[in-house]
Amino acid sequence: MAAIGGCLTLLVVIAVFGAIWAIWRYNNLVSLRNQVVNGWKQIDVQLKRRHDLIPNLVAAVKGEMQFEQDTLEKVIQARNSAVAARGVADAADKENALTQTLSRLFALAENYPTLKANEQVKTLMEELSSTENRIGFARQFYNDIATRYNTAQQLFPDNLIAQTFHFQQVELYEIKDEAERAVPKVDLNVRSDQTKS
Amino acid sequence: MTNLYDQQKRNLSNTRLFIAGFVLLLVLVGLGADGVLYAGGFSPGIPFATLGALCFGGMSAWWSLHGGDRAVLESAAAIPLDPSDPKQRQLQNVVEEIAIAGGIPRPAIYIIPDSDPNAFATGSGPEKASIAVTRGLLEKLDRDELQGVISHELSHVRNYDVRLMTVVAALAGAILLLSDWSRRGLGWGGGRRRNSDGESGGGLGILFAILWVVSIVLAPIIAQIVSLAVSRQREYLADASGAELTRNPLALASALEKIAAAVEPTPSIKQGIAHLCIEDPRGRSLDQKEGVFANLFSTHPPVAKRIALLREMAYQSARP
Repeated sequence: MAAIGGCLTLLVVIAVFGAIWAIWRYNNLVSLRNQVVNGWKQIDVQLKRRHDLIPNLVAAVKGEMQFEQDTLEKVIQARNSAVAARGVADAADKENALTQTLSRLFALAENYPTLKANEQVKTLMEELSSTENRIGFARQFYNDIATRYNTAQQLFPDNLIAQTFHFQQVELYEIKDEAERAVPKVDLNVRSDQTKS
Repeated sequence: MTNLYDQQKRNLSNTRLFIAGFVLLLVLVGLGADGVLYAGGFSPGIPFATLGALCFGGMSAWWSLHGGDRAVLESAAAIPLDPSDPKQRQLQNVVEEIAIAGGIPRPAIYIIPDSDPNAFATGSGPEKASIAVTRGLLEKLDRDELQGVISHELSHVRNYDVRLMTVVAALAGAILLLSDWSRRGLGWGGGRRRNSDGESGGGLGILFAILWVVSIVLAPIIAQIVSLAVSRQREYLADASGAELTRNPLALASALEKIAAAVEPTPSIKQGIAHLCIEDPRGRSLDQKEGVFANLFSTHPPVAKRIALLREMAYQSARP
């Protein structure tokens, strides 16, 4: 009797520890999943910021950049279609197109010294280039955290928990367009050495 | 690529180890005092001095975690950032960008009115952190370099270095103070012991006294050396994880070059917070040297070595 009692106690202890372990790992996966969702939302927040800034910038440079109406028009169009995009894949494409028209605008603005001296334009350029960085960093963070989430689901023995509770692998953000990869870094020239001179 | 998440975990467990070590030193100083008191015929039944030392260390650590950051910022005369100034606005943007890259909330930002370039981070963790840069840093660095420096500082926050350094500095300070008090009290205790020499074990008393004297002399030195070692090790780590955030180690390398080239000391930053800064604010030549002595007593590793490591990182990531 005593032996059976001992075995039973041992089983109960193992079961309790197993349950505690399962709860711990399950909660870990849930918290990672929430961070992934939050990381994705952060990208949206920054894209929204970009959409809001672009009309202001275009309005500010319009007067000076008379001869670039075509480019300005394209930026506005790309911006509007990005705002109207539906679905993740569609939005990614439209945002990439917008990034390209924007870098063209930045490159052209280099030819207008009066623009670079304009305080309002300078501020807007700084805000927009910061937003571009934020979008890039938000995507980088999303990929980091999504990779952690995916790895956590695949590792043994956590994969048992992941399968039991139907955790799904998430997709990483990738640059699909080869041209986008080749786009050089935007240099805005709002640097201390130039602003002082 | 080094695994940053493992490194962070190791940092957290190192923190516990270091704190355990410091607590042990506190106990040593306290027990020594208790032993001398006991041998001197004063036995209240509880290890009076040990408990006192532990309480003192705990309280100073608690205090520095819950308000030490404000004291540090005040001592550097830091003022809150003014977003209407274009340069400071840019700094705010850069901090926001790096906070997004690191997935932490944006820390409070302060400006130190000093023309020497330097920066430090303080606080108790990512949820409650502050970052301060000198005006000279804003003027001398371009946007990419600023990004490098901020990513280094935010890595200190993200890796829980700020918390570790705060607690380590507080405990080291507590040990220093207690040892100092003990040494002052030695004359008084010695007189008392002579009075009661006849009744209690003289041999044991002398042994305790020797141990105690050794511990109060050695403890502050050990505490100082360990806290400096912690600081130097964290600098390399923050350089590496900062570069991992921006994916641009060369910008931080060139920022460090500019900061190191400005050899004048940063007078606004006091001695006590040197270990928090991106570069030693005292402008000492010691930090540029390697060697047993320099390694033991400087808060930062040599700049040249840090720059070389960052360049190496850039070279490795450039290879296919």
